[in-house]
Amino acid sequence: MNKKNKMASIQLALTRVLVYAIILFLCFLCLFFFVMLIVNASRTNNQLQRGFTLIPGGHFFYNMKNAFADASIQIPSGMMNSFIVAASSALLTTYFSALTAYGLYVYDFKLKKLAYTFIIAVMMIPTQVSAVGFVQLVYKYGMNNKLWVLIVPSIAAPAVFYYMHQYLKATLPLDIVEASRIDGASEFGTFNRIVLPIMKPAMAVQMIFSFVAAWNNYFLPALLLTKAGKKTVPIMIAQLRSADYSKFDMGKVYMFILLAILPVIVVYMFLSKSIIKGVTSGSVKG
Amino acid sequence: MKNKKPKGKSVSYAKWGYIFIIPFFVVYVLFTLYPQFLTVYNSFFENYRDGLTQVGPRFVGLDNYKALLTPTSSGSIDIIKYFGNTIVMWIMGSVPQFVFALLLAVFFTNTRLNIKGQRIMKTVIYMPNLIMASAFSMLFYTLFSNVGPIKPLLMQMGIIDKTFDFFFITISVRSLVALLNFLMWFGNTTILLMAGIQSIDESLFESARIDGASSTRVFFNITMPLLKPIFVYTLITSMIGGLQMFDVPSVLTNAKGTPDRTVMTVIMYLNNYLGGSNNYGMAGAISVLLFIVTGILSVIVFKTIDRDKG
Repeated sequence: MNKKNKMASIQLALTRVLVYAIILFLCFLCLFFFVMLIVNASRTNNQLQRGFTLIPGGHFFYNMKNAFADASIQIPSGMMNSFIVAASSALLTTYFSALTAYGLYVYDFKLKKLAYTFIIAVMMIPTQVSAVGFVQLVYKYGMNNKLWVLIVPSIAAPAVFYYMHQYLKATLPLDIVEASRIDGASEFGTFNRIVLPIMKPAMAVQMIFSFVAAWNNYFLPALLLTKAGKKTVPIMIAQLRSADYSKFDMGKVYMFILLAILPVIVVYMFLSKSIIKGVTSGSVKG
Repeated sequence: MKNKKPKGKSVSYAKWGYIFIIPFFVVYVLFTLYPQFLTVYNSFFENYRDGLTQVGPRFVGLDNYKALLTPTSSGSIDIIKYFGNTIVMWIMGSVPQFVFALLLAVFFTNTRLNIKGQRIMKTVIYMPNLIMASAFSMLFYTLFSNVGPIKPLLMQMGIIDKTFDFFFITISVRSLVALLNFLMWFGNTTILLMAGIQSIDESLFESARIDGASSTRVFFNITMPLLKPIFVYTLITSMIGGLQMFDVPSVLTNAKGTPDRTVMTVIMYLNNYLGGSNNYGMAGAISVLLFIVTGILSVIVFKTIDRDKG
């Protein structure tokens, strides 16, 4: 019996070593390329040509200054445009998804069931399917190079709606709505002052996810934003790829890439816990 | 909920329901539904720009679809080839993605293993999912290209010689695409599968352990069967996402799908028709085909969810 126990504990210890090795290897793989990026973004073109090292080159801010001053890839304007699109989309998508979810959860009306079924049915349709018609319309009405055409559609986000609806079902007792009415609050007042605070956690999670999605979005913006001052960051990154960048200052190239992902990394560092929690609760988003 | 409310009240508030959902539906119809309709409509028309002259729009019936499915001079059908490329690269990335995600999910939830530092590990493996795909791909291009640091490193180790170019060989470009997709998605899948395993009744694992069942037996006889609905769901959503693969192969190959268009995906093909010549007809036909394929997969998703709910 004792021998058997000993065998089992040795086996468990060995399994543990193997398991930790696998996990740590995958963690290493996830971090390795970003460590390389940060190190290389701190080295000058000359230092980079001397080969790879993990020791930072001490020219981080020199590269950053150069990147910000670049004439062909105007990264400050790109980051500003990306921020405008991402922040506005995040606000609109969370507010209106919550509003729609509330409307379909609290009120009873004839088309309620139909409206709900419709949103759920269209949830899985990829955005690319409407892209052709959308691009055609945008050009037809001369709305290309306008940031708002990328922002306004975020009012109707079926997946975010679904998440909010699930959240309301789990957290909002209808008595609260009744009580608020008895207190004389208007319907919008009840939603804005009573319901939205209750939905704060759900709003925060969806705001982060929609901000990140909009910040990273490349396909549609690249088709619609063609003027220099209107481009968003991902378009500039693709532009960097298509330029004959071997003649570029490579330190600057790494800095461009770092600047593109830095805002999201910073947000993640502070909010990783709630973001990871949000992944599972919003699993329908896939 | 319906029965709880007195009837008179629910009638008087009904209009607010409409008011609250109207913004959503107006925006959806204008910016998604109508464009969707236009996409399908366009697919039956000849409508493109040739230099400065606009050709069409002219009704051509199914000609765009015929053109799409007609073999080129080399005997292959482009759209089939690109669907093939997309699926091959999806499989190359998703096999390790699901294998490792399943392994990690089992490790993290196993109480006997009792893995320490789970929070930080999960934080690290999920991070790539939030990284801008185009920037991540550009980073890979910079690192793996001829002037990047990886090539000299591998040359020193004697793995490759000087003439080797990561971006000239089909298998190596596809592998880079797969590696990027793997890195970006395995953390996400791990977290989803973990939640699935955690929702399984703990007493099942407990009694299996008391009966002396081995970890592999527990995995195949308890974990896997009960995880199946969630597993299938993540697999199919991953496949739908995979069919839309664009940013990574596009930036990695400068939108060309090189070498020899073996890395060209369906959406890259669509993008070529939309970007250069504004060929709304052909782009529409590609979208419709993609829509049909995605639709079939979505139906499967809903079937599995429904079964899950019982």
